[in-house]
Amino acid sequence: MATDKYYVPESSPWPLTASIGLCMTAVGGAHFIQQSTMADMAPSFSGKPLFFLGLAWLLVVLALWWRDTIKESVGGLHSNQLGGSYRQGMLWFIFSEVMFFAAFFGAMFYTRWLIIPWLSGEGSGAMTHELLWPNFQAMWPLTETPDGTTTTPMGAWGLPAINTAILLVSSVTLTIAHHALLEGKRGTLILFQAATVVLGVIFLGLQALEYVHAYDMGLTLDAGIYGSLFFLLTGFHGAHVTIGTIFLFITLIRVLKGHFSEDNCFAWEAGAWYWHFVDVVWLFLFVTVYWL
Amino acid sequence: MSTAAATHDDHHDHHHAPTGLKRWLFSTNHKDIGTLYLWFSFAMFLVGGFMAMVIRAELLEPGMQFVDPEFFNQMTTVHGLVMVFGAVMPATVGLANWMIPLMIGAPDMALPRMNNWSFWILPFAFGILIFAVLMSAFGAGNPSAPNFGWTFYAPLSTKYGPASTDLFILSVHMMGISSIMGAINVVVTVFNMRAPGMTLMKMPLFVWTWLITAFLLIAVIPVLAGAVTMMLTDRHFGTSFFDAAGGGDPVLFQHVFWFFGHPEVYIMILPSFGIVSAIIPAFARKPLFGYASMVYATASIALLSFVVWAHHMFTVGMPLAGTLFFMYMTMLISVPTGVKVFNWVATMWRGSLTFELPMKWAIAFVILFTCGGLSGLMLAITPVDFQYHDTYFVVAHFHYVLVTGAIFSIFAAAYYWLPKWSGVMPSKLLGELHFWNSLISANLLFFPMHFVGLAGMPRRYADYALQFADYNFWISIGGFWFGLSQVIFLIVAIRCAMKKGEPAPAKPWDGAEGLEWEVPSPAPFHTFDTPPVIK
Ligand code: HEM
Ligand SMILES: [Cu+2]
Repeated sequence: MATDKYYVPESSPWPLTASIGLCMTAVGGAHFIQQSTMADMAPSFSGKPLFFLGLAWLLVVLALWWRDTIKESVGGLHSNQLGGSYRQGMLWFIFSEVMFFAAFFGAMFYTRWLIIPWLSGEGSGAMTHELLWPNFQAMWPLTETPDGTTTTPMGAWGLPAINTAILLVSSVTLTIAHHALLEGKRGTLILFQAATVVLGVIFLGLQALEYVHAYDMGLTLDAGIYGSLFFLLTGFHGAHVTIGTIFLFITLIRVLKGHFSEDNCFAWEAGAWYWHFVDVVWLFLFVTVYWL
Repeated sequence: MSTAAATHDDHHDHHHAPTGLKRWLFSTNHKDIGTLYLWFSFAMFLVGGFMAMVIRAELLEPGMQFVDPEFFNQMTTVHGLVMVFGAVMPATVGLANWMIPLMIGAPDMALPRMNNWSFWILPFAFGILIFAVLMSAFGAGNPSAPNFGWTFYAPLSTKYGPASTDLFILSVHMMGISSIMGAINVVVTVFNMRAPGMTLMKMPLFVWTWLITAFLLIAVIPVLAGAVTMMLTDRHFGTSFFDAAGGGDPVLFQHVFWFFGHPEVYIMILPSFGIVSAIIPAFARKPLFGYASMVYATASIALLSFVVWAHHMFTVGMPLAGTLFFMYMTMLISVPTGVKVFNWVATMWRGSLTFELPMKWAIAFVILFTCGGLSGLMLAITPVDFQYHDTYFVVAHFHYVLVTGAIFSIFAAAYYWLPKWSGVMPSKLLGELHFWNSLISANLLFFPMHFVGLAGMPRRYADYALQFADYNFWISIGGFWFGLSQVIFLIVAIRCAMKKGEPAPAKPWDGAEGLEWEVPSPAPFHTFDTPPVIK
């Protein structure tokens, strides 16, 4: 580390411009969703272009922002203490992501353990059951909803099991890469990190295939609570795998450019932590959504 | 490993403060960002206050006078949202920005650029929300703004929500991003930026309470994000989270919401506990009684706040075991709260008390917040809550804890630290006027709400039975009076910003303790570039 002084950056245009991009994404997104899902919307403007403009704007601004950060890091302005701030910040960010998934897992357990038994007449649900949906039967996966929509459950031992194996292997390859980074073995690092990125892409491809398969057999987003939970949980997980893959891809490029050394590799490690987090979420998903 | 390209800006980074518009728009300075947060929150306080005036004008007399019930619902909804997310939360974040680095001897917040991003998201998020209200009031066809209450229960907000609900959902997402980044910044600053010797148990209590608040934010704001995401997919993509016909349950929404919502009320009040714990010792000229017990009490309040949420749902229907669990847990949480009140009083006991403006607000806080805590305790008793739920009694409860609690403490903080922020003493005369008018009017406004609530007047209605007319008249008078009194503070704040008033010494309060009083007033642009060493 070149400095002991805590680096407080000069004023920067990126936060404000990023907020403008976020705002466009939000307003455009809200209108885009309305216009593509509600037939009777008579819009004052079209949300779609605004949404994509906002998204592109946001990504460009964030890229410029991170470019500044990378320059400062390469320029030796980052003290060990600043590295500590980044590390801790990343860990708390991952904690916030854990809580985001917790909301959906919580919804799933509440559904399985309470809502469905009550709808089938248990506990205080006797009258609801009797008066509204007397034919409803408790089951999980819920293949027939109270209003009679039917669907098919997704089994665990096909694609999902393969995907589990892929993610587990990717965690191992990433750990090998990490050791290589710390020991300065550049060749091994590049090889195993590239392997991890490839495994991430394969995972995403198989996940897409699984979705096609699901829609073919009638498991859809609007097929009742089972479909809702299935697609939101796996969908948000997939979105996180996508981010993680991009993250690892970018740090791979930075490895090729020689940006990291064993004591200056925050961004690399942040990507790795993120990847392991995504991995652990998948294990929970596999056990509770697909298997049990 | 420095390369030639980047080293040239290595050396001039602390020499000059940026000026003009750029200073505020592109800031990376915790003091400027703190100032932005504080002004923003005060602006939102006035906007939300204006909506409250509309509500009270309509309720001044029975019958319908000024607005239609549909618009009335939009007013109560957006009033609540603006006050919670726009006024109280950003005000405490502003205080954190200004004071935490000064209190722990840090050069700035840990992540200064992200700090500015946390702030600049807010004006856009609230712009979206307020735009919806303006459209509803003045736009062609008066499209409804959010109208389902600040708690946005499904299916009111899903199946029956107006089109603006989607804008609302996205603006909540934006506020959430802002809060999470702000909270991460606070936690990292506290853990990583303390001056040598500033051990955790030497930190001022304000820093402790904010650390724990930030933890709560990081833990529950993502859950709120999950809730609004499920709303969005229920509204547009055919999911059935909150729809029993598809195997979901509207009550699930309430669980997810209150899992966020109850910790959220502590997010709004814990920083206040810290403020009052700084001010009371300063004007009692005694160290805080029971510092360690304050820290542990704050931590236990935070932990318990995760397991009390369903006290908002007693009348919804829950198995008996659940009801009992949440009732006892809620009562348990008032134990650490009681510890705090006891400690504040014990700090004052036999102190050499003087009653400067910050102390007046702080004492009012202790007494009136306790009133709110006591009505909370009444609400916590399940069978009793069956009677009180969704009446004005609940409105009285949360306005005592939030207005005479959180907001009074924020005013206490403003009067206490304004000399440090601006370099001038806030006007005594105006300050006294502001305090006494606020104190009397707030009680005229909120105390009778207990009575009409106990007598059965429901909340969130645009009209009421004749028997409630007298009380409501006086409540509205108190409301207008309280609203007008806040204009006095606007003048106080503008005068300080324009440096009108007696110049403030570095330490204007002789009993005050802490690093913030060791730097000049106003605090220079950069402080503690090299960390001070704490004994
Ligand atoms: C001793 C501590 C407290 C207890 C025992 C308590 C208890 C309760 C209970 C049982 C309710 C639900 C009433 C109902 O809807 O029927 C409630 C509502 C509420 N409380 Fe508290 N409370 C306490 C402190 C606080 C604090 C410190 C705050 C905020 C700073 C707060 C803010 C609120 C709010 C905003 C609501 C109403 C939410 C709504 O329905 O709109 N409470 N409280
Ligand atoms: Cu609560």
